[in-house]
Amino acid sequence: MTAARQTADPAAVRALAQRMRCDIVTMLAEAGSGHPGGSLSAADIVAALYGAVMRHDPQRPDDPRRDRFVLSKGHAAPVLYAALAQTGYFDGDHLLTLRKLGSMLQGHPDSTKTPGVEISTGSLGQGLAVANGMALALRIDQRTEPTVYCMLGDGELQEGEVWEAAMFASHHGLTNVVAIVDNNGLQIDGACSEVMCLGDIAAKFAAFGWEAAECDGHDVDALLAVLGGSRERAEVVGRPVAVVCRTVKGKGVSFMEGDADWHGKAPTREQAAAALAELGCEEVAL
Amino acid sequence: MSGKRATREAYGPTLVELTREGADIVVVEADLSKSTTTAKFAAAYPERFFNAGVAEQNMIGTAAGLASGGKVAFTGSFAVFATGRAYDQIRNTVCYSKLDVKIAPTHAGITVGPDGGSHQMLEDIALMRVLPGMRVLVPADVHAAAAAIRLAAATPGPFYVRLGRAAVPVIHPEGVEVGVGRAAVLREGDDVTVVACGVMVAEALAAADLLAADGISAEVVDAFSIKPLDAETLLASARKTGAVVTAEEHSVIGGLGSAVAELLGEHRPVPMRRVGVRDSFGTSGEPDELMAHYGLTAADIAQAVRELIGSS
Repeated sequence: MTAARQTADPAAVRALAQRMRCDIVTMLAEAGSGHPGGSLSAADIVAALYGAVMRHDPQRPDDPRRDRFVLSKGHAAPVLYAALAQTGYFDGDHLLTLRKLGSMLQGHPDSTKTPGVEISTGSLGQGLAVANGMALALRIDQRTEPTVYCMLGDGELQEGEVWEAAMFASHHGLTNVVAIVDNNGLQIDGACSEVMCLGDIAAKFAAFGWEAAECDGHDVDALLAVLGGSRERAEVVGRPVAVVCRTVKGKGVSFMEGDADWHGKAPTREQAAAALAELGCEEVAL
Repeated sequence: MSGKRATREAYGPTLVELTREGADIVVVEADLSKSTTTAKFAAAYPERFFNAGVAEQNMIGTAAGLASGGKVAFTGSFAVFATGRAYDQIRNTVCYSKLDVKIAPTHAGITVGPDGGSHQMLEDIALMRVLPGMRVLVPADVHAAAAAIRLAAATPGPFYVRLGRAAVPVIHPEGVEVGVGRAAVLREGDDVTVVACGVMVAEALAAADLLAADGISAEVVDAFSIKPLDAETLLASARKTGAVVTAEEHSVIGGLGSAVAELLGEHRPVPMRRVGVRDSFGTSGEPDELMAHYGLTAADIAQAVRELIGSS
């Protein structure tokens, strides 16, 4: 496989997202700790990227022609690991080693250990600056094709560095950077609006010189249209594009949905079994 | 010695030379390119120079992304902002990902002068030294600074190169050979080893002259590479002289003195003294006045040696 753009097949993306959700629940239950809420809220977005929008080759993780993905909200590592395993970067058996001693799957992404992880993240607010740097390197090398997709959490937008980077991207006209916000509205201590209100996120990005779009983060057709067209849109308007995706924390597992308590708590085996049944997962070893 | 020059003078011009020679270098600055001298690089290679504005965290993060994209990313600002303001970015993005980011800020130490304590970074060696995988170089003069920048550019992984604002004596020849984990014995002696870095190397050499007049033979070592330390050279010297004084334009906590004490404590305990700033912020004043105020002159080093030898 070469790093050619994939054909957008909504049904295939939905199926990928469903398998990823099964992996997320399974690996977190096995690990006994971790972050299900923000992993499940991002699952459809990440499935759209890895299953359709991004050009990438799991056999050649260093292919210079590849699109890059930066998971700035590094605590959602399970959604990235699930996408990487499901698309063939490594065997799915590794998922059951998540967070264990000696595992290549660290609690937060570690680019020195995991094939396909572009940059280590976990301390919030740092990914967009790194994505900008990657985009500049591509510009210097006159590689015009690749796009750098950076996913941020909404609570993460409280970090000042995000806005330093937002200013930088528009100032330097980085049309090869796409920021994606997983806007699930919840953070560890509760609702973002109560902890530290973010206001109108799309308007904030627009005020920082970005072309801002909004999208239902669980509507695969909409995601494929908006994310799939984001780079082209950026080139037309001459500004970087930010896509604010409205999502539900814990999406797909009814007892986790919309509950901030599931930000950083793994399901028990019994809870996981219920979740897997609800998700319609094939039988998995737990 | 041939005059005085600031170590920062080597920075921009060396980056221009390296790029002309074919190195894939980029620079990210935070609104201080004229002071750090990277403006010279910006003028020569505008497409490889990026100003982050007054935003040091973003400066380090952007440099990390460029390094991830295969570039050798130099970044700087002033030492106090480059290390303190952006410590988490250096730790979690640069070092944890083992990236080719070379942090080479200027205006380290009290020789910053009149700007005062807020701008006189005295803890940067300590902060950088504890980071896994970070190499810390403190050049003694403009020629060692040029060599340090070349060394950092040519060696994979994160580096911290400490540069200064004030003109300091030139003690090394142009093109001086340096290495990671390599110190240089600049003057041989038998009674005491004075290990110094940065501007304090010139003071240590002057102190050796003062001590010679008293009949004390001091060996002067330019540590240069604070991490990794040149254990072989330092232990050999300590074995020979049996007494060690360290000298640094930095807090005595966590810097060169601490590093040498750790080495000697484990492998060759000998009586020692640390010359440096003693758990204090800096203050406004001219560099020469401040060196005297904080006890960082050749006379202070010589006095520490006399006390050490007298007490042991």
